[in-house]
Amino acid sequence: MTEVIAAPSPLGAPPPDNILLDVRNLKTYFKVLDGVVPAVDGVSFSLERGKSIGIVGESGSGKSVSALTMMRLLDIPPAEIRDGEIWFDGREILHMPMEEMRKIRGNDMAMIFQEPLTSLNPVFTVGDQIAEQVERHKKVKRKAAWDRAIESLQLVGIPSPERRVKQYPHELSGGMRQRVMIAMALSCEPKLLIADEPTTALDVTIQAQILELLKTIQDRTDSALMLITHDLGVVAEMVDNVIVMYAGQVVEQGTVDEVLVNPRAPYTMGLLESIPTVEKRGGRLSAIKGTVPNPFNMPPACRFEPRCPYAWNLCAETAPDLYPAGPHGQHARCHLHTPAGAPRLPEALADHERKLNVGHGIS
Amino acid sequence: MESSTTPVRPDGPPPATPEVVVEGGADVTEMDPLEIARVGAGKTLLQVRGLKKHFPIVGGLLRRQIGTVYAVDGVDFDVNSGETFALVGESGCGKTTLGRSVLRLIEPTAGQITFAGRDISHISADELRPLRRKMQIIFQDPFGSLNPRMPVSDLIGEGLLAQGMKDRKARDKKVEDSLELVGLRREYTRRYPHEFSGGQRQRIGIARALALGPDIVVCDEPVSALDVSIQSQVLNLLLDLRRDLNLTYIFISHNLSVVQYFSDRVGVMYLGRIAELGSVEQLYKDPRHPYTVALLSAIPDPNPRKRKKRLVLKGDVPSPAAPPAGCRFHTRCWLREKLGNPERCVTEEPQLRNFGGGHQTACHFAEEISADTVSSAVETQSVLETAVADPV
Amino acid sequence: MAQEIERGAVVADVENRPEGPRTDYEVGLESLSQWQLAWRKFKKHRLALIGLGILIALVVIAIAGPIVMPFRFDSIARPDQIVYQGRGPSLSHPFGETGGLQRDVLLLVVNGARWSLLIGFSSMAIGVVIGTIIGSIAGYAGGAVDNILMRVVDVMLSLPILFVILVAARFFAGARDNIWTIIIIFGLFGWMGVARLVRSLFLSIREREFVEAARAVGVRDRRIIFKHILPNALSPIVVAASLIVAGNIIGEAFVSFLGYGVNPITPTWGNVLSSALTFIPLGNWWWPFFPGFAIILTVLAVNFIGDGLRDAFDPRSRA
Repeated sequence: MTEVIAAPSPLGAPPPDNILLDVRNLKTYFKVLDGVVPAVDGVSFSLERGKSIGIVGESGSGKSVSALTMMRLLDIPPAEIRDGEIWFDGREILHMPMEEMRKIRGNDMAMIFQEPLTSLNPVFTVGDQIAEQVERHKKVKRKAAWDRAIESLQLVGIPSPERRVKQYPHELSGGMRQRVMIAMALSCEPKLLIADEPTTALDVTIQAQILELLKTIQDRTDSALMLITHDLGVVAEMVDNVIVMYAGQVVEQGTVDEVLVNPRAPYTMGLLESIPTVEKRGGRLSAIKGTVPNPFNMPPACRFEPRCPYAWNLCAETAPDLYPAGPHGQHARCHLHTPAGAPRLPEALADHERKLNVGHGIS
Repeated sequence: MESSTTPVRPDGPPPATPEVVVEGGADVTEMDPLEIARVGAGKTLLQVRGLKKHFPIVGGLLRRQIGTVYAVDGVDFDVNSGETFALVGESGCGKTTLGRSVLRLIEPTAGQITFAGRDISHISADELRPLRRKMQIIFQDPFGSLNPRMPVSDLIGEGLLAQGMKDRKARDKKVEDSLELVGLRREYTRRYPHEFSGGQRQRIGIARALALGPDIVVCDEPVSALDVSIQSQVLNLLLDLRRDLNLTYIFISHNLSVVQYFSDRVGVMYLGRIAELGSVEQLYKDPRHPYTVALLSAIPDPNPRKRKKRLVLKGDVPSPAAPPAGCRFHTRCWLREKLGNPERCVTEEPQLRNFGGGHQTACHFAEEISADTVSSAVETQSVLETAVADPV
Repeated sequence: MAQEIERGAVVADVENRPEGPRTDYEVGLESLSQWQLAWRKFKKHRLALIGLGILIALVVIAIAGPIVMPFRFDSIARPDQIVYQGRGPSLSHPFGETGGLQRDVLLLVVNGARWSLLIGFSSMAIGVVIGTIIGSIAGYAGGAVDNILMRVVDVMLSLPILFVILVAARFFAGARDNIWTIIIIFGLFGWMGVARLVRSLFLSIREREFVEAARAVGVRDRRIIFKHILPNALSPIVVAASLIVAGNIIGEAFVSFLGYGVNPITPTWGNVLSSALTFIPLGNWWWPFFPGFAIILTVLAVNFIGDGLRDAFDPRSRA
């Protein structure tokens, strides 16, 4: 189980009260047989109360590890927290005793996983599992907890919840199970709901149901939402702000409206360019060349440099920071947004516009 | 089988000098005297009629059959030479089973499959083997579809061996050519699957299929297991190969954006049947089946400024072991609800009807679908009631 | 064909493709085979390494020991001084001497290693071969064949094996050198577990996509069994085999101890234990102790190795 990590001394100052979650320079590494994997390498972001944030990235980008670190669900070792602080609801949680963390987890902070079947216990009824959690966190009687379970099933649109609570997970369909997971997460009225690829395992029409449900719940409750996904379409619909991760780092952050419409990091640009659309029919898609770097052999400076169409020698020499890259607080980890890169920026943006709308080459 | 260094020419019409291409090696088409008529572009290459695949459900102590999964339940379609025909649908709709049955990797329960004018639905395994060269498949899972204990040279080469290319050198040459064809290095032949990334493995799977020189390739969700940035690479590769090798694809996918970009004609499947069939333009611009409408509405758009209210279907797909009577879609149909639940949907199974230009729909009330009915259905729906179709 | 010529053109063009691979960051640094990876993980398993060390030492003893210190039934150390009591460990006989014929216990243990290991490994080999063949047939053929073979397994498993072995040993006891009889009996009654394991492996591997892919290119059944399914079933079989070795060594000791095993004039560990039985009340602890300890040591070593192998082959444990 996760052990207490010695707190760095001294801790930084707590964030202002409207900030629910403040992640500061989080570094989670994995020690494996072959070496050390920097799964999360200096990630910082914050989330206001009641707002929503999306974390987008491909497999291995560190998006899920970030969430698991926040929930303190990683096994240490092989995981290792190298650095960072996480402030949640006014308290630092990354270094607090596990005992206290358990009181927060499932209560103030709840998580929805990708695979509902594997995260529900097959030998207990749905109601037992929800009620047990409510009993533990809210210190209420069994009867009240059971009522709460029925109520939360109702909240996620499950018909005849009084009967559903007595069912076992295997008796439910895939979409229904994901609803139960969400009901369970909501049962303690969490301040933060973390959804890790909540619709990836589901069919298109069920995905639509669940997304609409999550949106409705966002409107009706005060929960903040952290949505982890690889699907830009899901992010565009669901959240206010977005973080794009690549190879353990944040490469771009800002509002969805900015990041997905006017991307400023070449990786985000490339992702959007590569989405197949009607307009690109008949032509080839613009693809990001190569593959995600080997975590044991990260490019020394900018991690995207080997795949970047706009890279020049500076990119292979100096690692870029997150630089301001737009009017509404948008940031991008790219030298294009430094004085040195400024002359190259217009050309890069023009190239992006071109690739975004048409396929190229003849097929 | 003849040795590939001294190829025996088939008696049929001799093809043009294949030796030019692979010098010192033999061409796959020389490996077997079987001659398959080449089908001109635009002509019907594959014809499927009344195809059914039912799987028995066995249970109990005596392993007796206690039910039947109607995975594919009466499907007709044609695939023309040179086109990309897409099969879309949710899990359990039978698209994967259909793709496998067409290649006879799964024995169909009933129906007829005609490939290049030849009925292949009942031919024996030995007759089928040489035909496998012409009909290939690319799998979804780049990890599961490559034997972890085999080097690339065997993974790609064993098909050539099975088709009678006994000469090791010629085979290795062909393997290297295939690797290059899919954008991998020739030197990779001695490597094992775990040394490659997902995208590279998928390329190996493509090379394995193409090494045999097929005419038709079933692509079963070829990019859905890949990362976003790799998907477009593989789609581009498939496009290039289609052009360069005159391939015909059956493209199986659940991703409607990819299908719209990639294919020419589409068959939408629901519970083992084709609900709607037509060209991409017809289907995406003028869907005539309520299920197609809902599928299209469910696509999330990556542009946040185009946020839309979507049409959300109720409940889950019913089990293919107990498909609903009448129209299989009626339990979830928004149109039927809009029309006041007509009895006909429950009593009579709709057949595919023509809507002109090869556009076919299996819906009794296809004429009722319009922008107005769709938007009024979107307005009146309640997200919290979308789970009701599920029986407790 | 025209198609082929075009293909050549594509090949030449491949380097110019925009998504052309850049090797530096794409393929992993290591190119370890599955077995190399397994060995790396095995090395991390301390108990398994100790077990392997012990087993290697035992094998060396089993091979070289009898050459250095040969055992001859009719060579008796001091025929003139037959005594009832054995002698405890001393400098010249570190494991002590037996009562009666006053044999060196060390000599008995060293020579016993050869027989015990021979029995353990050979009978395992027979059992694994039979089990793999039967399991493969059942798993690949399925249907009625599978049903019949598995019912045979059920019947075999419901037999009181020990009793059957005792009877069989007695039945074949006439043979002068009956060590192979024992090995074959153990092999013939020790394959059912392997058969069940192999069958279930076949059932699951048969459904894997790479098998379907092989069928899609026209690969024949025989090659699918030997090149696709068996190699992927090998590691669980190896783990199971190591545990069978341990079981057979104990089994042999047990049967010999009861006097139904290997010809009593062969110094297997079980036989030595058996002959020590009557001397235990006389306080000759060293006589049963050392062969008994050798059995425990061997079985522990083999079990540790089995555990290590299981972890090493487990794809989920990477570190």
